[in-house]
Order: sequence, then C-alpha cells, then structure tokens
Amino acid sequence: MKAQATVLFDAPGPKARRNILLSNAVALAVVLVVVVLVLIQLNNQDQLAPDKWINALDANAWANYYLPGLQFTLQSSGIAVVTSLAFGLVFGFLRLAPFGPLRWISGVVVEFFRAVPVLVMMFFLYFFFSRIVAPAGLIDSSDAAYYGVIVGLTVYNGAVIAELVRSGVRSLPKGQREAAAAIGMTNNQSLRLVEVPQALTAMLPSLLSQFVVIIKDSALGYLIGFYELLQYSRQLGSGYSNILQTLVVAALIFIVINFILTWLASKLAGRLSSRTVGDTTPATSTTGVTVGQA
Amino acid sequence: MNGFLELFAEYDILGAFWMNIRLTVLAAIGSFVLGTVLAVFRISPVGSLRAIGTSYVNVVRNTPLTIIMVLGVLAVWGQLKIEFFDDFALNFFTYAVIALSLYHASFVCEAIRSGVNTVPQGQAEAARAIGLSFLPAARVVVLPQALRGAITPLGNTLIALTKNTTVAAAASVAEASGLMKSMIEFNPNLMIYIFLTIAIGFCIIVIPMGILTTWLSDKLAVAR
Repeated sequence: MKAQATVLFDAPGPKARRNILLSNAVALAVVLVVVVLVLIQLNNQDQLAPDKWINALDANAWANYYLPGLQFTLQSSGIAVVTSLAFGLVFGFLRLAPFGPLRWISGVVVEFFRAVPVLVMMFFLYFFFSRIVAPAGLIDSSDAAYYGVIVGLTVYNGAVIAELVRSGVRSLPKGQREAAAAIGMTNNQSLRLVEVPQALTAMLPSLLSQFVVIIKDSALGYLIGFYELLQYSRQLGSGYSNILQTLVVAALIFIVINFILTWLASKLAGRLSSRTVGDTTPATSTTGVTVGQA
Repeated sequence: MNGFLELFAEYDILGAFWMNIRLTVLAAIGSFVLGTVLAVFRISPVGSLRAIGTSYVNVVRNTPLTIIMVLGVLAVWGQLKIEFFDDFALNFFTYAVIALSLYHASFVCEAIRSGVNTVPQGQAEAARAIGLSFLPAARVVVLPQALRGAITPLGNTLIALTKNTTVAAAASVAEASGLMKSMIEFNPNLMIYIFLTIAIGFCIIVIPMGILTTWLSDKLAVAR
C-alpha cells in the first residue's frame, strides 16, 4: 500500500492531515449508522434471538450439517481440480499441435465450454446422468447430481486451463524455443521438455486461484440438488427457521477457505518467479488471458 | 428432431434470453458504479476508506454468487421481509440484479485497480504539479487512463456477469437456464437439442463480447 500511495498523492501536510482525519471520522460514522440500521432491522424481525444463533453454531450443526457439507464441497472440487487439469493439459497441447485440424477442433471445444454458463452445463448433465446414464445401470441414480457437478466443473475449468496452458507457452520468450532448436530438439521435444514445464511452473499460482473458482462454482450444485455445504446449511436453517444465520455461517466458511487459497497463490507466485521465465502472477486480478472469475 | 421445432412455439426461448440480457445490462451498470467507487476508496489517501474497499473486495470475491443470491431470497426477503415491489416477479428480479451487482462490483474494483497500476507515476505527479488535489487528479488524469488500461479485465468481468445471470434461477427469475431446465423436464427425449439450443444462444451472446473486448483494448490502449 505504501509504494502505491506515493504514486497518487503527496505525503499529507497539516491541512491534508486534518482532511484525512475528518474523512476517517465521517466514514466511521457512516459505517456505524449502517451497522446500527442492520441490527435494528435484524432485531425487528427477531433475528438476533440467541437460540437462533446457538442452533446455527452448536455441535449438532457442525457435526451433522457443516462438516458433512464441507466434505462434499471439498471432495467434488478436489476431484474437479484434478480432472480439469487433465482436460486442460490435453486440450492445451492439442491447441499447440502442428497439425491444423487438431488445433481447430480443440479450439472449438475450448471456446464452446468457456462460453456456456456452468449452471446450464450442470442442469443438462444432471438430466443426462439421471435420465440416461443411471437407467443404463452405469451409476446410482442418487449420484446424478454429484457427477453433474464434477463433470460440469471439469469441462468449464478444463477449458480455462487449456487456454492458460496455450497462452503460457505462447508468452514464453522465443529464445527458449530457439535454444531448444539450436541443440537439435524437435518441435515436440522442445514443447515437452522446455516450454511446457516452464509454462506450467508459471501457471501454478493461476491454477491455485482457479481452485477458488471451482470451490465457489461447486455451490451451484445446490440448484441441481447436490448435497454440499450450501444445501446442508439451508436444510439446517429450515429446521430451526434460522436460515439467515446458517447461510451466514456457510458464507464465512467459504470466505475463510478461499481467502487462504488466494493468499497461498500470491505467496507461491513470489517463490516461483525465479524458477521460470514465464509470468507467475495469478490470473484472477491481472490483465492478459481471459480467466473465469465466477 | 421430432417435436423440436414445436418447442419454439411452446416456450418463449427468446424472451428468456431477453431476461438474461436485461439482468446483464442493469447489473453491469450497478456493479460498474459500485466498483468504481470502491476502486477510488482503495486508492484514496484516507485509511478507513481503503480498509472498507479492501474488506469488501476480499469478503465478496471469496463468497459463491449462489450463496449471495440465496441469502437475498431466503434470508433478506424470506426472513427480514424486505420487499422492493408488490409484484412477485419484479421483486425477485430486483433481488437478482442487486445480488449480481454486489458480487461483480468486487471484480470491477479489482479490474480498475489493475488499470490504475498501468498509469505511470509521472501522470499523477504531473497532475499534482499543476495543482490538482486527489479527487480532481483521479477524475481528470488517472481514472480515464486507468479505465482504458482496464478494458480487458472489465470485458472479462462483463462476460462472467453475462454467464452468471443464469444464477438468477436461484431467485426463480424466468431466464434461459431455468427455462432449459423445465423444457428438459417435460421433453427428456429432446434433451440434447434443447441443451444445444440454449448453449449456442449463450455462445452467440458471449463470443462476440470477447472479440469486442480484444478489439477495444487494442484500439483504446494508451500509447506510451
């Protein structure tokens, strides 16, 4: 913050210090007024009653609702991270293939999956798994939503990762490819041994922030009846009519997990920058490749 | 294919997409205004405003949009009884627009901030040298250049917003993904055609936005 602060304004003099103090006081007052108004509204609707909060936070809530929900959220996101990485590597490679039609077909696949909203994908996959795959006896029909979430997350995030692989390789300095050619490597060897490993190292922080996107999107499973954290919290809330409280707790759990992952991504970017010539900045907040944000 | 064309007569597919577009436009305006204010907060010399901007972005960006939407509908409407309009559909539409605006404002804020980082220090120093204080310098010198440098992330946010309008299905707004769900429920044998119709509809809306973003960011780039 300090380094940036000097760009936009001078070190404050006496008058500016007075203005800043005044602005701080006004901002604090506005925040306080908003907090008080919210509390009054909550109290009017009897949402501050202690038992509503206790029921949303006691051992029963954690043991039977939040933790099982969190387990399914993390399990489906974890599997989706691995499968979308595989999907992304395969299609990322295909988009760099020397053979034109392979590039075009994989390009169409990647663009299609990036353009279709994850929720549309999940609705379709849910019906696909419950009406076609389950009757054929391949999966249990109660798992249709689970597979719908995992495959929906995989194709979207896989397409985003394929794009990251491609742009990661493209943005390496061309000296890398030239050096590989100079020591007699073929096009394939140069990609496999020189360019992709560096592009992947540079991509790791972006992959970690893609994990955040996957965890957030797994909550869409709520809309196809998948039992994850949001679904469990809503169920707990309708049992004790404290849905506001349970949803707030669920949101806080998501925020803490995602905040830690975002923080790790930026730490990792700093550590990896010496190991590759690629750009390690996590992709969510920077310019460059189109990244799925939500 | 049998019965596929009748679906177009039976269901208002274009009307559903029109709903997504209306959600996109209104939420884009809402999130742009809020996001710009937050971005100014985050670069301002006032510590408390910076703290407000930073906490907002960190909290909202890490919350799933689905939770924000469900919180709005089940908690704020269902439990706090806050009603914007008597009309049921209009009320939920408003909730969806607010949820989308609040969520994407954090991404707009980050996009503009990354744009501010592309403005050279000399620009702000020159603005101060001719006697502009923080707000005029931000308004006249820094932000116009920052916005032009932020076209790519802003465009990406708009594309994400367009696709995320489908989450309004959680607030029972009659938009394309919810329509697809009920179409497949009643015509499961046409599942794949119905999916492709809606999916290609989104491709038609989203892919030109990507191309336009790339074109605009080249065209409007500040030559340095």
